[in-house]
Amino acid sequence: MRLSRISLMLLLAATFVLLSPAQAEQKVLRLATTTSTENSGLLKSLLPAFEKSSGYKVHVIAVGTGKALRMGQDGDVDVVMVHARTDEDKFVAAGYGINRRDLMYNDFVIVGPKRDPAGIGAVKDPAAALARIAAKEAAFISRGDESGTYKKEQALWQAADTRPQGKWYRSIGQGMEQALQIASEMQGYTLADRGTWLALRNKLDLDLLVQGDNRLFNPYGVIAVNPARYPDVNYQGAMAFIAWLTSPEGQDQIAAFKIDGDSLFFPDAIQAKQAAPK
Amino acid sequence: MEENLGHASLYALRLLLSGDPDLWNIIGVSFSVSVRAILISTPLAVVLAFLIAYARFPARHPLIAVLQSLQSIPTVVVGLLVYMLLSRRGLFGDLHLLFTQTAMVIGQIVIAFLFVVPMAHGVLAAADRRAWETARTLGAAPWRAMLTVMTELRFGLLAVAIAAFARIITEVGTSIMVGGNIESFTRNIPTAIALETSKGEFAQGIALGLVLLVLALLLNVFLGMLQGKGEMR
Repeated sequence: MRLSRISLMLLLAATFVLLSPAQAEQKVLRLATTTSTENSGLLKSLLPAFEKSSGYKVHVIAVGTGKALRMGQDGDVDVVMVHARTDEDKFVAAGYGINRRDLMYNDFVIVGPKRDPAGIGAVKDPAAALARIAAKEAAFISRGDESGTYKKEQALWQAADTRPQGKWYRSIGQGMEQALQIASEMQGYTLADRGTWLALRNKLDLDLLVQGDNRLFNPYGVIAVNPARYPDVNYQGAMAFIAWLTSPEGQDQIAAFKIDGDSLFFPDAIQAKQAAPK
Repeated sequence: MEENLGHASLYALRLLLSGDPDLWNIIGVSFSVSVRAILISTPLAVVLAFLIAYARFPARHPLIAVLQSLQSIPTVVVGLLVYMLLSRRGLFGDLHLLFTQTAMVIGQIVIAFLFVVPMAHGVLAAADRRAWETARTLGAAPWRAMLTVMTELRFGLLAVAIAAFARIITEVGTSIMVGGNIESFTRNIPTAIALETSKGEFAQGIALGLVLLVLALLLNVFLGMLQGKGEMR
């Protein structure tokens, strides 16, 4: 029976390919982070230097802040880099993570259609700007996920004493890039982190309308997953990564990362500045 | 914003021909994962389909109905189930497989399996039972007779396997959930297209879409050749 021999060989081959190690023996560090650090290109410019000096291979899983923290809580990653200070503190207080360090900051901006139907271009206060959008029922695109950006947006609506509801308020449940693209296509407003905005603005039919308020401050932190909860997480690697990021070399590299001459992130691990960039 | 489809397609061709390493890495991940998945799942699924088609046992018809409905399960649900099983807190968490290619292979095995069983069952059940009966009368052991039947029906079964391969290599939901879309490790063609589209890098997405199209074409040519051979006999 020719066929039976062939199928037997196929089965053997299949077993072999499944059992053979899929990756080299290089030690892997799993980083859960937000889409803003990955898709802006920041990590791409930082990681080679860290990988070279430490010998670790970093696997980046880019998701929203909420999901990234959840992955750390479940022990599915070794280190998280996120931007939602309140949730980060809860994460550490609950014992899910340890050794949180300030890393860098940028800020949020409110962007919207060039003709600005709600007239927020002249408004400095982001909460007042949102209130105006709600009053005009101008289209607003909300991330609608558990991202740091969404949490900031919710805080701003609360500050504006407005509960966004109605057809004009569109909750999309997707990443920052999608939110910006949908805002551009629908000619609506949205809250964005400056990094993603700068990375994408050439492809968008939107203008930057509100920026510079202290409430739009967007700090990033880096946290090691607690090895007491999951003894086999790569804690050594996580700490090496945190040490490198917060070292003068890592901080300089963050500052040096630019798109079209604009800085996207401002390091603050060494001198903790507390003001939003202008 | 100025990018139109034609411009993007041209750029895509240039990327493919220039041997852009990132692009070819993504293509390699796609094939490595999906070939492994199809090689493992198809033989098992075809044998199960054969048992359902040829063996008589209670609750056979309800089982067929259930298997046929399982074909409609969204791949993201498969992804979620595999994620929950492989997560550190899941049943198989100790294996540390989440966010690896093996996790993607497992997800695709499940999808291909759920696809192949009812389809192969259709092929086997529609066939002439006399091949089976003759082989058995001539004294062949049941597994021998099963191989005889499958050999008779190899073109139909191969078509099922190729359709299953097309399904898993274009599948995005499971891959992105259990693979994590990690660059040069678990980023395959569909998850890369999803990412590039979200970044507004349409050309890269089109290039990857072209690869899948070329692949589909090759598969169909291959299948056509086999079927041609089958007709000549």
